[in-house]
Amino acid sequence: MVAARSAAAPAASALAATAPVVAPSVASALAERPEHPVVGRAVSHESAELHVTGAALYTDDLLPRMRGALHAWPLQSPHAHARVTALRTRAALAVPGVVRVLTAADVPGVNDAGVRQDEPLLPAEAMFHGHAVCWVLGESLDAARLGAEAVEVDYEPLPSVLTLGEAIAAEQFQGAQPIVTRGDAEAGLARAAHRFSGEFEFGGQEHFYLETHAAIAQVDEAGQVFVHSSTQHPSETQEIVAHVLGLRSHDVTVQCLRMGGGFGGKEWQPHGLAAVAALGAVLTGRPVRLRLNRTQDITMTGKRHPFHASWEVGFDDDGRLQGLRATLTSDGGWCLDLSEPVLQRALCHVDNAYFIPDVELRGRIARTNKTSQTAFRGFGGPQGMLVMEDILGRCAPLLGIDPTELRRRNLYAPGQRTPYGQEVRHAERLPAVIDEVAARADLDARRADVAGFNATHPHRKRGIALTPVKFGISFNHTAFNQAGALVHVYKDGSVLINHGGTEMGQGLHTKMRQVAATALGVPLGLVRLAPTRTDKVPNTSATAASTGADLNGGAVKDACEQIRARLAVVAAERLGVGSDAVRFAGGSVTSVGVDAEVAGAALDWREVVQRAYLQRIQLSAAGFYRTEGLHWDPVRMHGDPFKYFAYGAAVSEVEVDGFTGAYAFLRTDIVHDVGDSLSPLVDIGQIEGGFVQGAGWLTLEDLRWDTSDGEGRGRLLTQAASTYKLPSFSEMPRELHVHLLERAAEEGAVYGSKAVGEPPLMLAFSIREALRQAVSAFGPAGHAVELASPATPEAVFWAIEAARRASGS
Amino acid sequence: MGSIEITVDGAPRAADAIGPHTSLLDWLREQGRTSAKEGCAEGECGACAVLVARPDGGGATRWTAVNACLPPALAFDGQEIVTAEGLGSAPSPGAAGELHPVQREMAERGGSQCGYCTPGFVCAMAAEYYRPDRAAAARPTGARDRPQDGRSEGSRPDEQRRPGEQAALGDHAAHGAQAAHGECGPNGFDLHALSGNLCRCTGYRPIRDAAYALGTPAAEDALAHRRAEAPPSARPTVVRGERGAFVRPADLHELTELLAQTPEALLLAGATDAGVERNLRHARPPLVLAIDRLEALRELLVTDDAIELGAALTLSEIEHGIAGRVPMLDALLPQFASRLIRNAATLGGNLGTGSPIGDSPPALLALEATLLLVSASGEREVPLAEYFTGYRQSVRAPGEVIRAVRIPLPLAPLTAFHKIAKRRFDDISAVAVAFALTLDDGLVTTARIGLGGVAATPIRALAAERALEGRTWNEETARAAAAVLRGEGTPLDDHRASARYRSAMLEQSLLRLHAESVI
Repeated sequence: MVAARSAAAPAASALAATAPVVAPSVASALAERPEHPVVGRAVSHESAELHVTGAALYTDDLLPRMRGALHAWPLQSPHAHARVTALRTRAALAVPGVVRVLTAADVPGVNDAGVRQDEPLLPAEAMFHGHAVCWVLGESLDAARLGAEAVEVDYEPLPSVLTLGEAIAAEQFQGAQPIVTRGDAEAGLARAAHRFSGEFEFGGQEHFYLETHAAIAQVDEAGQVFVHSSTQHPSETQEIVAHVLGLRSHDVTVQCLRMGGGFGGKEWQPHGLAAVAALGAVLTGRPVRLRLNRTQDITMTGKRHPFHASWEVGFDDDGRLQGLRATLTSDGGWCLDLSEPVLQRALCHVDNAYFIPDVELRGRIARTNKTSQTAFRGFGGPQGMLVMEDILGRCAPLLGIDPTELRRRNLYAPGQRTPYGQEVRHAERLPAVIDEVAARADLDARRADVAGFNATHPHRKRGIALTPVKFGISFNHTAFNQAGALVHVYKDGSVLINHGGTEMGQGLHTKMRQVAATALGVPLGLVRLAPTRTDKVPNTSATAASTGADLNGGAVKDACEQIRARLAVVAAERLGVGSDAVRFAGGSVTSVGVDAEVAGAALDWREVVQRAYLQRIQLSAAGFYRTEGLHWDPVRMHGDPFKYFAYGAAVSEVEVDGFTGAYAFLRTDIVHDVGDSLSPLVDIGQIEGGFVQGAGWLTLEDLRWDTSDGEGRGRLLTQAASTYKLPSFSEMPRELHVHLLERAAEEGAVYGSKAVGEPPLMLAFSIREALRQAVSAFGPAGHAVELASPATPEAVFWAIEAARRASGS
Repeated sequence: MGSIEITVDGAPRAADAIGPHTSLLDWLREQGRTSAKEGCAEGECGACAVLVARPDGGGATRWTAVNACLPPALAFDGQEIVTAEGLGSAPSPGAAGELHPVQREMAERGGSQCGYCTPGFVCAMAAEYYRPDRAAAARPTGARDRPQDGRSEGSRPDEQRRPGEQAALGDHAAHGAQAAHGECGPNGFDLHALSGNLCRCTGYRPIRDAAYALGTPAAEDALAHRRAEAPPSARPTVVRGERGAFVRPADLHELTELLAQTPEALLLAGATDAGVERNLRHARPPLVLAIDRLEALRELLVTDDAIELGAALTLSEIEHGIAGRVPMLDALLPQFASRLIRNAATLGGNLGTGSPIGDSPPALLALEATLLLVSASGEREVPLAEYFTGYRQSVRAPGEVIRAVRIPLPLAPLTAFHKIAKRRFDDISAVAVAFALTLDDGLVTTARIGLGGVAATPIRALAAERALEGRTWNEETARAAAAVLRGEGTPLDDHRASARYRSAMLEQSLLRLHAESVI
């Protein structure tokens, strides 16, 4: 499979305000859709009926089907940082029902839960409050828990570093410290008419997938290890189970039926947990079930990285960005995990949608005694972009320019390149989505309404804001941009597809069925999807970076097209035409230009399949896809890391209560670019869900650690649903209108589509900026509003108090 | 005493092997009924929601959604449970399957993504679907709108309303019932029915669309028919084993006798607090006494001089039973936890646990409520203001149980309940403030202010009350008293709010009361 690189950019003249974006004249083979494609139809999630009836199985639902399974319970460190000087298990083993205590001495292979050897699975040193120092296996969960309580551990407490401020002061960093530069940032700042500087520290986010981490491991009669795992990256889970057990990859199979949410939290974190279950199964010969309860999940597993940014920015008199110098420090937690690629993506997204001629962006990863911060939808992109959107939101009143206008003036123009050197292809879509969303939201009229409301309401103020998104699609790490698939066509014409991607609710399997049905020209009902397993498709990449449909779709399409090409030869013979003239659609096989409704003109799909079988034609195929045209130098932080950019824009209106800082989200309008949608119901679901999740990160979701010097130092204080609040029905915008950008085919991706998982999360900046606008209305014009993130009601209240005290420019 | 039996999805299941500390959820899952999920184990996420046949107050049945993770399974001896699996079934090899209308709407409209929270949503939504008075609240509409085709807009919650026409904020605090009205679908579906369900994937819009598209149950709907019959009564249950004992006494007399013998027994009503203690802090009390269905604790009396609320009435039952009679409670109850919690939680439980941030005590303090405490040796009445003695401590003596809460009449004419929390639905207050003022010719004659979240116990704001009484109700008085109110209590810094913010909110609440009372 070779995907053509982009054709020439469309002519700029085609980009009038609300004009549709012009599709390329010659679509690539990858992007081209046949007539009557199954992709593009709004269909429900492929498991929707199983979801609503409760029949859909998740890893832990398999437990009642396993006889004699043991339960695992962790013993978690009560210290933020401490050496384990002794660990005595005798008392635990005396607890009725306790079968075994797993300690470092039991590990036959490598005692490491990651791939960098910096993440001991059973550690000799507790690196954060809640770190599991050993695991107890019991006949019941209660027995395992009581066993863990009986384990005696001697700790030697060690100094701990908890906050970004402490880490920066102590210069306690880990991993590479990348720099993205273009031009001369100092010169850019020097020529700027207006220079501002600031600092901004903002919070992380707990994934709070509704299904916590779970794994069930079994060993068969030949010593093969089979692990059911709630994992976004089965191949890596397999590799780590193998290296912990001292086995080879072919000895370990990992299956993921589906996940009850992932959001990046199951890209890296499942590995060690699966390895513990597998270790227990190998040592006891019994199935071992490990399911974290919510408290354990939230105190043991990583989260979105909090960041600190210090910056200096310069604008010319028209508000055009001249230079930016910034240092971003992420809080990586106790080990590296995915912090390096997260930081890379953050640095590659500081620009968001804006051209900055002279830039210097430095990145660092703090090492702190907290959970190992990890992937979370957007993967650093949101953090990088938040820095820029915060700068623009703060500086606009100081420049005397309306924030939307300021954003508009700085948008990339076609032909311009990002600070890391990649051309911003289809940059004309930025003003296109902005114009369209402004029109759909009736932005101008509603700004006047908001001003009118604010003039007559002393205690309540409204704000309305527009923010754009540009997000790069592909793994920064080039090697991950590959995928495999295995497609079987059975003699009865039914189709079974396997691919390397995992289903976490994002609708990947739904899209893959549609891709296969389109590529084979069969009805959707003929295509079934098998659960993701490492023994079907090997060496897969994580289902992450929004690339699931791009990569696996390419691979599924490739496999289906191999089979279709073979079937075309069989059908051509029967139809008396050349195989190039054979068309597959809707379960009928015809020659070009012949109406399938005409009697005798069409062959039935099943008949062709049976004929092929009798002719001993192979009816299964392994498909493969790799994204072409990517180049990335992680040392110089330069190249073309992304296949394309996804674009979007949102307008949000909020209302803020001056007495409390509480707020309501009144209305949000979104125009988002998903290329030509593979599955519109799924894509709209991703956009809305991502948006609300982003709004949660920016407003409500507040991770608090005990940073005192008391006994609880390092303990996560918000470790339950009662203290860590996710958006509920009361936080969804009263009105939410989502519109997919039309005629937006992406020639570099499967059937002209674009990735959708992550980019919409950042549309939530519109909520944050609308809050800033509303807060500013409590004070005089022309003052900058600094708003904490998350902008909790309390944070908004203090911002209001500051606005009331402020004097205007 | 027969063996323990629970009816699940129409089929009775023997449950004799359950210990007193197994939740309904864990038991269902052990039975292989895995549709109900554990998401948080503390009644916050609703992934475990199931339906229970409960009394509707008029001799018939109300399908009531509750969290299965909190109550012990033994509390459902003789009861009928319906799970998402019992509502409908998906097509499978060998079976055609039949989706329940709620399930069909959820599936067609993209109401599930990962699907993990979905069975719980389906059950909570089904309870509202079967609510008999829902249809009465319905507004006439045309044909039900179809799922969007994907290119079109997400639907608007209420075509009649535009931002600006309805107060978006604040009013819910003062007039909870009114806010609830603004969150109803054209079919009468009250969105608060889903306030205890969290979804991390969808952003909720398609779920709301599904809820608002529901029609009324078909004539042949078995669960709709079931409503006309009486629910199962609560039969006395006694299970004593190694892991502890669970007893559901037959009447108040038996309860007080048992309590006199074992005063340290855990009194269990809705289990919304005890279930959290068991799940998160692994509490394993040796004796659990289930009192949630004792008729003596479930009376709702309205006389000329008081309203008496049975301590074991659920908050939902109180909401329905006294709607419109006590504006303070009309404002409070829709903000109290979630519908799933209110369907189980009781006033007795909220006062019995003695939490300093319980939402009911501030309101009841301002209403000058008293508690009726009963024991084997008789009954006594204690003003709520004298009830709390310290952090989670009260004057309730060993062997005593709260029988009822008495609210004296007439009520003060100006009341308000302000809850300050991060999230509007289902959050614990950082601060709760309740006001009950009597004005006479512009003069404040009496002021009662109850506070939660600013001290080790709920307290009355006595200094601020004095700063109001006898003064003209104007901005100057409000400002002066607000400054006094700011200094009441000893608020703490914690993860919910800073002490500074809590104090500021006390002041702001009185300013708001004045601003909103003079409009």
